[in-house]
Amino acid sequence: MTSLWLIRGVRPYGEDPVDLLLRDGAIAEVGVGLVAKDAEVLDAGGLIALPGLVDLHTHLREPGREDAETVQTGSRAAALGGFTAVHAMANTDPVADTAGVVEQVWRLGREAGLVDVAPVGAVTVGLAGTQLAELGAMADSPARVRVFSDDGFCVADPALMRRALEYVKAFDGVIAQHAEEPRLTQGAQMHEGVLSARLGLAGWPSVAEEAIIARDVLLAAHVGSRLHVCHVSTRGSVDIVARAKADGVAVTCEVTPHHLLLTDEYVTGYDPLFKVNPPLRTADDVDALRAGLADGTIDAIATDHAPHAMEDKECEWAMARPGMLGLEQALSVAVEAMIETGLLDWRGLADRMSVRPARIGQLDGHGQPLEVGRPANLVLVDPDVRRVVSSADLASRARNTPYAQRELPARVVATFLRGRPTVLDGKAQR
Amino acid sequence: MKRHLLSAADLDLGDATLILDTAAQIDAALAGREVKKLPTLRGRTVVNLFFEDSTRTRISFELAAKRLSADVINFAAKGSSVSKGESLKDTALTLEAMGADAIVCRHSASGAPHRLAEWVQGSVINAGDGTHEHPTQALLDAYTIRRRLGRLDGVRVTIVGDVLHSRVARSNVLLLDTLGAQITLVAPPTLLPVGIGSWPVEVSYDLDAVLAKADVVMMLRVQQERMNASYFPSAREYSRRYGLDARRMAVLPEDAIVMHPGPMNRGMEIAAEVADSVRSTIVEQVSNGLSVRMAVLYLLLGGDSK
Repeated sequence: MTSLWLIRGVRPYGEDPVDLLLRDGAIAEVGVGLVAKDAEVLDAGGLIALPGLVDLHTHLREPGREDAETVQTGSRAAALGGFTAVHAMANTDPVADTAGVVEQVWRLGREAGLVDVAPVGAVTVGLAGTQLAELGAMADSPARVRVFSDDGFCVADPALMRRALEYVKAFDGVIAQHAEEPRLTQGAQMHEGVLSARLGLAGWPSVAEEAIIARDVLLAAHVGSRLHVCHVSTRGSVDIVARAKADGVAVTCEVTPHHLLLTDEYVTGYDPLFKVNPPLRTADDVDALRAGLADGTIDAIATDHAPHAMEDKECEWAMARPGMLGLEQALSVAVEAMIETGLLDWRGLADRMSVRPARIGQLDGHGQPLEVGRPANLVLVDPDVRRVVSSADLASRARNTPYAQRELPARVVATFLRGRPTVLDGKAQR
Repeated sequence: MKRHLLSAADLDLGDATLILDTAAQIDAALAGREVKKLPTLRGRTVVNLFFEDSTRTRISFELAAKRLSADVINFAAKGSSVSKGESLKDTALTLEAMGADAIVCRHSASGAPHRLAEWVQGSVINAGDGTHEHPTQALLDAYTIRRRLGRLDGVRVTIVGDVLHSRVARSNVLLLDTLGAQITLVAPPTLLPVGIGSWPVEVSYDLDAVLAKADVVMMLRVQQERMNASYFPSAREYSRRYGLDARRMAVLPEDAIVMHPGPMNRGMEIAAEVADSVRSTIVEQVSNGLSVRMAVLYLLLGGDSK
């Protein structure tokens, strides 16, 4: 079956309106007043077109915690958020540390058919941080794993981290480090500072993140490897990465939507919806993260979408699991933090949410410019709507959004994956 | 006054003074009586919900509620449905369904009483949450200081010990500041929280340097688990640098008092001869705790609020 869509009057990257003709999975024509017999027509007047968003950091929870999220529900949340590809983190049960598990997740993604699910492989067996997982087998599997991470845990052993960085060069992989010095964060519950002192919650100091990033950029430079740093959350981390980049180290990093918007002030009521790892930091850190994303020190926005069952959040702060939903609101948060503040234009946002994450994850069909001949992976955004987030309306199986009752700008109207709509009029198509 | 007592910061000067004055009236009303009981909370139900062992605090609240003629239920986490994995929320809803008018909550997790307060209609009283707060301890300490020294405004209070993990210290700093006291915290730097610069206190690492200017010295208990976590090299060194012994006590001004929330590590943070001296208010603190907790229950649940 062929697919033929004519998108009328859309503004690519917020620029002048054009028509886009999507045929057989690719952008066939770009121009004004296009005509195509038998095409389904989408009147996109006032909408902005961006290349389909790519998430480097998603927890889909399957296998193991299907009560919190499945590949199917997570894929739907992703499509509704404007994503056409997501990287599924390895901390499932069983852990994605073998070719078998990554292949299963990849296959489930294909069956769901809403976004390309690129499994992330664990760096170490069982995320235990002691023995390298079979990285090559995962790379060679049909899932074609290129990003490896023990996310949730830091690869803390410096010798093991060095070996991992070296080993993945054989298949051009990248280690995505969850930077958290474990001894400095034992029992940690929130950002260490004025508020942790007042609230009597054990502190997660910025230095625990920065010390690992500093060590890892030095290791990456020493062995000539590529390093990706997950969810940087502090001013100091941005400074270290900026300096490493200036020195020519092949380092990239990401920031989450919530670290661009929320601060540790939200912890004051002890509501575990705001418990996340790394923790919400200070307003000064938020400023630095926004500036770092604007100047390109930070390469990508990555959601760290972390669904949790109700009982893991409706409890005491210390007992709650860390993490928050992100896929469906990521673009809106980015618009509020970066576009409305004038820090990025739409082209810049497309670079940080699609182009660069696709490049880091080596997803060739994604993050491509909106030009003739490119894969028709794109999202149409209404920039002028503001909506109040309702946790009951989320596509995720879990409900742990930190944005409930909050008004956010912009809405994803449609998402196309290889020329077929996965979302139309704000509704998932399967 | 607010419906709950979760933090000493919930109390403004008027509230705090009202509680202390009410405690004094209760003391006066019961002094010399054979039957130490008031009918005020007859027919009301107070639940002591203790997720953490604390015999002293539980008994104090239990007796306070009984002396006000309330029905008291002790709900200890051990041996209850909680140990079978029931969540805090389900426990809260169960107590709510049973019609608890007040829930006195002790929990090892900071903020647990705050969560509880979102799920129940009755008043929640924080009887100590993790390393956060213990507001009735601060109230009884303030009451004790006022009884001994006659005032709180301008009183110089030195709090010594593990401030980082102390809910007693947090609540005392907030309440004593509200009441106009001047507070100095003394501890090794490892036992002071990052971010303490924003607290309304002076900070010193040197106990000897501040004792001569202290009207009140409050010694905090050093928990056993700190001793093996490199917060300080050894119990002996801690005791030598931060313990209150007879030699240090001699430096205090003439009328100064020595306090301790108990239970004490005699010979560690406080020497036996100090604990048993005339300056020590440690036993008074226990009986004052009863009066203050009666005042809190009375004011949160008393006739005019419903």
